[in-house]
Amino acid sequence: MKRLITLFLLVTLSFCGYASEDIELQEADIDLSNSESLERGAKHFVTYCLGCHSIKHIRYQRMALDFGVDEKQVVKDIAPEGASVYDQLYTAMNKHDAEKWFGVQPPDLSLIGRSRGADWLYSYLKGFYGDKTKPLGTNNIVFKDVGMPNVFWQVQGLQKPIFHRVDGQEQIEKLVITEPGKLTEEEFDLLVNDLVNFLVYVGEPVQLERQRLGKYVLFFLLIFSVIAYKLKKEYWKDID
Amino acid sequence: MKINRFAEVGDWILDRFPLAHLWNSHMREYYAPKNFHFWYFFGSLALLVLVNQFATGIMLTINYKPDAALAFDSVEYIMRDVNWGWLIRYMHSTGASAFFIVVYLHMFRGLLYGSFKHPRELIWIFGMLLFVALMAEAFMGYLLPWGQMSYWGAQVIISLFSAIPVIGDDLSLWIRGDYVVSDATLNRFFAFHVIAVPLALVLLVFLHIVALHEVGSNNPDGIEIKNNKDANGIPVDGIPFHPYYTVKDLVGVGVFLVFFAAVIFYWPEMGGYFLEHANFILADSMKTPEHIAPVWYFTPFYAILRAIPDKFAGVIGMFGSIAVLFLLPWLDRSPVKSIRYRGGMFKKALAIFVISFLVLGYLGTQPATPGATIVARIFTTLYFSFFLLMPIYTRWEKPKPVPARLTMQPTLEDRIASLIAIFNEITVKEAITLKNGKTINIRKPHLENIFIAIIRLIKRLKESFD
Repeated sequence: MKRLITLFLLVTLSFCGYASEDIELQEADIDLSNSESLERGAKHFVTYCLGCHSIKHIRYQRMALDFGVDEKQVVKDIAPEGASVYDQLYTAMNKHDAEKWFGVQPPDLSLIGRSRGADWLYSYLKGFYGDKTKPLGTNNIVFKDVGMPNVFWQVQGLQKPIFHRVDGQEQIEKLVITEPGKLTEEEFDLLVNDLVNFLVYVGEPVQLERQRLGKYVLFFLLIFSVIAYKLKKEYWKDID
Repeated sequence: MKINRFAEVGDWILDRFPLAHLWNSHMREYYAPKNFHFWYFFGSLALLVLVNQFATGIMLTINYKPDAALAFDSVEYIMRDVNWGWLIRYMHSTGASAFFIVVYLHMFRGLLYGSFKHPRELIWIFGMLLFVALMAEAFMGYLLPWGQMSYWGAQVIISLFSAIPVIGDDLSLWIRGDYVVSDATLNRFFAFHVIAVPLALVLLVFLHIVALHEVGSNNPDGIEIKNNKDANGIPVDGIPFHPYYTVKDLVGVGVFLVFFAAVIFYWPEMGGYFLEHANFILADSMKTPEHIAPVWYFTPFYAILRAIPDKFAGVIGMFGSIAVLFLLPWLDRSPVKSIRYRGGMFKKALAIFVISFLVLGYLGTQPATPGATIVARIFTTLYFSFFLLMPIYTRWEKPKPVPARLTMQPTLEDRIASLIAIFNEITVKEAITLKNGKTINIRKPHLENIFIAIIRLIKRLKESFD
């Protein structure tokens, strides 16, 4: 019987070890308490993403509140011309045009930080490379044949894949920059990291607030448990 | 003067309603065995979680919109713009998972101490009906956020009904109210989730408790305390539920809430198990996710469904894995209730069952690769063997003698001294000089002694299985 159990466990565990063949993701450095990074990320979003993508579940006002910045300052620094502090981050591109140009409407990014995760976003945004077979001339190492072009080509430069053969199949080993962009590699990494930081914040703006509150709630509950335990001891002292 | 007025109002009510009688017969003079331990907290905790789900659920419906075009956004509206909406929503979503954790532990307690056996068969049946109602409640509630997993999970489960011969297609159409999961489905699931099933749950909880208080609670020794009464007709080994178990359950509530709050405030997604990542994407009937996995509490049954090659047979297997639990009181032929006095066969079988349940639960979250399917088949067989072979092995085994009176096992507090002794054994003191010149003693783990302690633990575990 015991041998059987061991065998079953061994068999099961060996299947647990099956690794998926996904690309190894790069790690993003997420720090939601760094409001300067979040502000820069918001600015980058408006510059590079808002042309096609909305974030309909956040207003400039909420960002001002959470970053601890004056409302007027946020409108001036981050929002596009003519936006009000009460506006949500809606793109100006309409659905009809979007479908004509890209095949699908670019998705709303309110929750992309929660559905994809920071590391995926970070690797994805850094993972564009030149591919002549694609209509927009770029492909992505993390999201193959994605409809989105590389919006960072001016600042990042152009990347080229280095292939290697695995089991007779061409696979991308890494990406190298062939034409440098306006920013150095470190500067560009910071830009993408700030942007991902912002997207993670937007996914759940209340994150910092709930972590701050949690401490007090847990402290109260621990005290409550101790008092309840003392009460129980007092009541039960005559039960043997 | 004023106090007399209050007393008059009180008497006016008591003359017309048996409040005092109810309180006495179910709390003050309901005698429970005095040796309840850790495993007996989960009944009251299940009630607590039920109340939590009702309170937070009602608050969610105030801002939620059961409309395919609005549902997803209304949940995000609750998360962001409704005051404390995020807390209410996380309490509800974490509460759903907590409900299943608590109920699974509550049911496992029943298995350990034979709480389903004569004369408590009906309590078990009501409990199982509660479990089925809870699964229906959770399944329909999961559609409401209208994310990708909500949508495709519902699509997969409802399509199972179409595997039933002859009436299958019409039945699944009738359940959905449409040819695919759509606004019509969302609306009816909303109605069932917030009205119909909660009413059934309340009724069943009432029946479950009334049936329990009729025959009295079981205990870790599996002895009927009512067989041994004093001159006043009070069980010698019984203590009034109130105040003894109300204050004791309060401790359980406190400790449970510490864990519950920790999840709500720090890990509300629980690594994608409590809130699945793909459910943060709006439902899209044109885009099937590459991997559809139900929420963790359904995965053992889902793994059984996938393990069986034929679709209809799989559906029968899945529902059968729940239905077989109903039969438990009649499958178990052992004369003793508690695992403390059962023979080794049942203990081993129960261990295999627990492992099967956990492994199936894990496999249900994973894609069905050919290897995983074989493992799932093996453990599905073991899952059913536990129940179907039970009449044989419970009659075979030789139970140990059952004492006449309750036994008191050492409580956690009594064990603290021995736990400290073990800690001292597996660590060694080491003097370390800090940078500022002070010397402090730090206990460092001692590898050899840890090994010895583990071997001793395994030996004890092995002995307890005989």
